[in-house]
Amino acid sequence: MSTATYSTDRPPNVSGASLEPQAAVARHPLDTCADDVIKVLRDDGSLDPAHDPKLEPSEVIALYKAMVRTRLLDERLVALQRQGRIGFHIGSLGEEATVLGSVSATRPQDWVFPCYREFGAALWRGLPLQRYIDNMFGNANDTVKGRQMPDHYTYREGHFGSVSSPIGTQITQAVGFAWAAKLKRDELVTLAYFGDGATSSSDFHSALNFAGVFKVPIIFLCRNNGWAISVPTERQTSSNTFASKGVAYGVPGVRVDGNDVFAVVKVTRDAIARASRGEGATLIEAMTYRLSGHSTSDDPKAYRPEAWLDPWRRLDPIARLRRHVERTQGWTDAQDREIEAAVDAEVKACIAVSEKVPPPSLDSMFEDVYAEPPWHLVEQREQLKAGPRPKGHGGH
Amino acid sequence: MPQMNMVQAINDALRHEMRRDSRVVVLGEDVGKVGGVFRVTQGLFDEFGDDRVIDTPLSENGIVGTAIGMALYGLVPIPEIQFADFIYPAYDQIVSELAKYRYRSGGEYPSKLVIRTPFGGGIRGGHYHSQSPEAQFVHVAGLKVVCPSNPADAKGLLLSSIRDPDPVLFFEPKRIYRAAKGDVPEGEYTVPLGQAKVVRPGWHVTLVVWGAMLYEALDAANQAAAQGVECEVIDLRTLWPLDIDTVIESVKRTGRFIVVHEAPKSCGLGAELVSLVNEKAFLHLEAPPLRVTGFDTPFPYTLENEYLPLSHRILPAILETARY
Repeated sequence: MSTATYSTDRPPNVSGASLEPQAAVARHPLDTCADDVIKVLRDDGSLDPAHDPKLEPSEVIALYKAMVRTRLLDERLVALQRQGRIGFHIGSLGEEATVLGSVSATRPQDWVFPCYREFGAALWRGLPLQRYIDNMFGNANDTVKGRQMPDHYTYREGHFGSVSSPIGTQITQAVGFAWAAKLKRDELVTLAYFGDGATSSSDFHSALNFAGVFKVPIIFLCRNNGWAISVPTERQTSSNTFASKGVAYGVPGVRVDGNDVFAVVKVTRDAIARASRGEGATLIEAMTYRLSGHSTSDDPKAYRPEAWLDPWRRLDPIARLRRHVERTQGWTDAQDREIEAAVDAEVKACIAVSEKVPPPSLDSMFEDVYAEPPWHLVEQREQLKAGPRPKGHGGH
Repeated sequence: MPQMNMVQAINDALRHEMRRDSRVVVLGEDVGKVGGVFRVTQGLFDEFGDDRVIDTPLSENGIVGTAIGMALYGLVPIPEIQFADFIYPAYDQIVSELAKYRYRSGGEYPSKLVIRTPFGGGIRGGHYHSQSPEAQFVHVAGLKVVCPSNPADAKGLLLSSIRDPDPVLFFEPKRIYRAAKGDVPEGEYTVPLGQAKVVRPGWHVTLVVWGAMLYEALDAANQAAAQGVECEVIDLRTLWPLDIDTVIESVKRTGRFIVVHEAPKSCGLGAELVSLVNEKAFLHLEAPPLRVTGFDTPFPYTLENEYLPLSHRILPAILETARY
């Protein structure tokens, strides 16, 4: 049995919570990756001109609204799950700046390969809220036909991938996708999301290796949120940073304050520009923190004292952006209440619709396994339909 | 019509389809300049260049994972896994991802590609170069599994696999890569998926087989014929979804059924075939269905001819069934 232990007496990432360069950590001589965390948004709401992405005021407000909407949706969906009306939700509480900042930097032709914590990104790219909520209910209108857990939606027309549960598998696929675009000489960049836990998967390493060797136009966006369910970052790696992992693969790494939406926009834009110039992949480590449990099925109290959240609550990405919009655009509490009321109304309306939609048809269970159902599936479908129904399912 | 061996026929199919469809891309370990360790992709690199015949880093999960992404973009990738024994690092990408993409996305992301891989024993390759894992993929909803036994079928089935809308695992019996020779139609030639072939008609015993063991089954069938037992030998060709009608129709005539495969016996494809025969032709059976297979051990090196279900083990099974 391993004698290695990990600290349980301090919150992981807490040194990163200050988001100051970690001078005390000895650097490996080969670690050429900058440990400095790129940060734009200052505590007083002003911006550091050195990295300011110079967003239009309307763009800033759009981002703020999207982040607030994402958080309110998280709250509503958790409540729905607690009421037993949906089975599951996996959210992005505290990570809204990372998700929205990165996706908002993409261009219409670009593609997103999500992990499972990026519904905010899908909505930003145009996923209709009704369609998202239908997926939460797994009803007959769910475009993935109730086959996956909630938050495992698909949104092809929004250039948004298909969500799967296994960790890291989408990273190699995103590389292949971006690589194919390069082979066809199409000018687009692919943004692949994953968490810090995924950097331990074999897919992460083969993906970075292939991307480095073939100079693939891709952005690897690692949401370092401190946790892979209950396992902290220091059990995923003994590297000083996740960004430094790119060095071994010839992929530059950059560390960014993931709770600073301006900084995330800035580094993502830079990475897109790099990829567009034919210079290949960039690995972004967004330093953020998962304020909620892993999902509604997780109870973080079992492994994480509440006090550990305090430094990160002070760095709440929405509160920080709120200070900026108040300072620069005179944003008011009344406007916040307006957003809240609007989101509340649209979510309630969508839920009311979704709840009335029946489950998917029995036939749908046998569709899409193959392009055309082979004889054995036709046979099994008929057996199911001729047989007894479970309790609580009318069968139709 | 030119004579070819299996390697040449598969190469001919790849070349034909790469000329016809610019989306087709071959990738894998050593598939480029050297033309593959079995020379199956020889010459493709010179004709199509390194954008379409790609030597990848040594990573099966990287090869299949990136190939899935290529397919999602609209290319038609044909990854090669150098030996079927090395497919397991890519197993998660094949089973959890490739096989499920269409289903899990409600049809939004049909992902299709053809994984080519040499498999099977008889080349003194020891257990890391001799396994027959086809049943493990038959068990996975969403995959098609194909296994040719001769050069013409190899070409025709490969072209159909490349054009099929579903992901296909194309198992190439390397024992007969160069030993099996025959006429192969030039140019466009396809063999439909899902159709078995009656290679030898007979009326006493139905023998179902695929890949290299076809020749052992035919040898045993000829020896049995000398003793008055006429076997019907069916080459399955597509292992999944299989041509159940041809199998059941034959069993209903013969009343006797034997399946032969190289893979281990328990939970193999033979077990599935026996179950199907029992379900669909039980009252026609004159004898218990039999399996002649590899053993439930890892594949051995020195004793591989003891392990493999060669004709010396098939013949007694035929006679036992016929006498039952």
